Amino acid sequence: MNEPLVRLKAVQVRFNGQRVLKDADLQVDAGEIVTLIGPNGAGKTTLVRVVLGLLKADAGSLWRKPGLRIGYMPQKLQVDATLPLSVERFLRLVPGVVRDSARAALAEVGAERVIDRPLQKISGGELQRVLLARALLRQPALLVLDEPVQGVDAAGQVELYQLITRLRERYGCGVLMVSHDLHLVMNSTDRVVCLNQHVCCSGHPAQVSHDPAFIELFGRETGLALYQHHHDHRHDLHGRILPPCLSHTQDIPHKHA
Amino acid sequence: MPDFLLNALLAGLALALVAGPLGSFVVWRRMAYFGDTLSHAALFGVALGLLLDISPTLAVTLGCVLLAVILVLLQQRQPLASDTLLGILAHSTLSLGLVTLSFMRDVRIDLMGYLFGDLLAVSPTDLAWILGGSALVLALLVPLWRPLLSITVHEELAKVEGLPVMAIRLALMLLIAIVIAVAMKIVGVLLITSLLIIPAAAAQRHARTPEQMAVSASLLGMLAVCAGLALSWFMDTPAGPSIVVSAAALFLLSFIWPARR
Repeated sequence: MNEPLVRLKAVQVRFNGQRVLKDADLQVDAGEIVTLIGPNGAGKTTLVRVVLGLLKADAGSLWRKPGLRIGYMPQKLQVDATLPLSVERFLRLVPGVVRDSARAALAEVGAERVIDRPLQKISGGELQRVLLARALLRQPALLVLDEPVQGVDAAGQVELYQLITRLRERYGCGVLMVSHDLHLVMNSTDRVVCLNQHVCCSGHPAQVSHDPAFIELFGRETGLALYQHHHDHRHDLHGRILPPCLSHTQDIPHKHA
Repeated sequence: MPDFLLNALLAGLALALVAGPLGSFVVWRRMAYFGDTLSHAALFGVALGLLLDISPTLAVTLGCVLLAVILVLLQQRQPLASDTLLGILAHSTLSLGLVTLSFMRDVRIDLMGYLFGDLLAVSPTDLAWILGGSALVLALLVPLWRPLLSITVHEELAKVEGLPVMAIRLALMLLIAIVIAVAMKIVGVLLITSLLIIPAAAAQRHARTPEQMAVSASLLGMLAVCAGLALSWFMDTPAGPSIVVSAAALFLLSFIWPARR
């Protein structure tokens, strides 16, 4: 199980002279779910694009297991409204796919009923599932998912992450995914890599959420689902802490839950 | 039927046949303005062909490919939007073509013919070029069809799945360039894009698969060629513009026809 699928060493990427990634290391092993997490502009998508071979790193090395098949689920898909393309036809753009295998892949992700619908007329959640089905049809050894739950409601997000975990168990493929929300992926990831132009910290999700580098980047509230936040003060509209005399008009002792 | 009319009909039908599938890609990929720019540049290609004494069809194809490469390079190197760049290239190459032609006083050319087409003057040699070019485009389109659809849906997904995206894009530009070179004699540089996009747009509303849209676009284009030539024959109107007017009428009719979905 511990055979590496991809390994990045000291990767550096610049756009217009501005450094986006610096000394980023990353490794994904077979059967392992790795989640990239970081604030906007941290270079998550850039790093994923390097892994996919869509972007050449300015420095550093990229090693991929020879013959590695990658299933990629892009962040979004915008197909021109004039292109008459059904979900089935979209899946059959993968060479060797016939209607039966397309249907089986859709059943796997729970989107069987959209098979004959035009691609542009299905909901955001259905589209994410269709994209996942297309990635699976490639029979990948590595699944790369860029923000797989974008545009999906909260219940659907949990479901999608559960689905990804199930698929990993079924196919034994490695998974590299991008997320901006650690507590959602806590249960469905083996390793979290926290990125802010370089790798700040990485490890098991519970470990990472206590890491000082992580807390500095995200604060406690967003990162840790179990953290209980006790207020002993109030904020004004700008988020500034108000002095007690202003925030408490009555002088009765009380506690915030 | 007189020979010149038969030549015109065959040339027009051959063009409409290949313009259907190719025009569908122009519509799906939003390349209408790109096609327009290439066709404007075709006049410059004509001027170069006369200057260097090579076949105008070849010169136009080469000119279009050169322009496509320049466009890609410009897009990467500076911040102006694509439509601005296309506008600059379209009109400067058209003007450059006109200026170059004006220097060649000893060459007598029919400028109106190049601008608006001269279908009724298609010679047997022209017809051979047109049929050959159309056959070449069709032959190349067959193996390229699925890869082209893939990059139209999502270029990066296609690239991750192992398709040579740049090569496929260049191939599409090359095909469009050939069609423009072929179509110039028929409808002229100013009207070429209409034959690519109007039949495809007319077919769009009633098509349920990409192939249906491509085939119906071909059929509608061929219908427009027949109707345009008939109009030209009986009413003595210019052939190229008559074909475009017929195509536009078919486009309007497609709205009246009840949609199936």
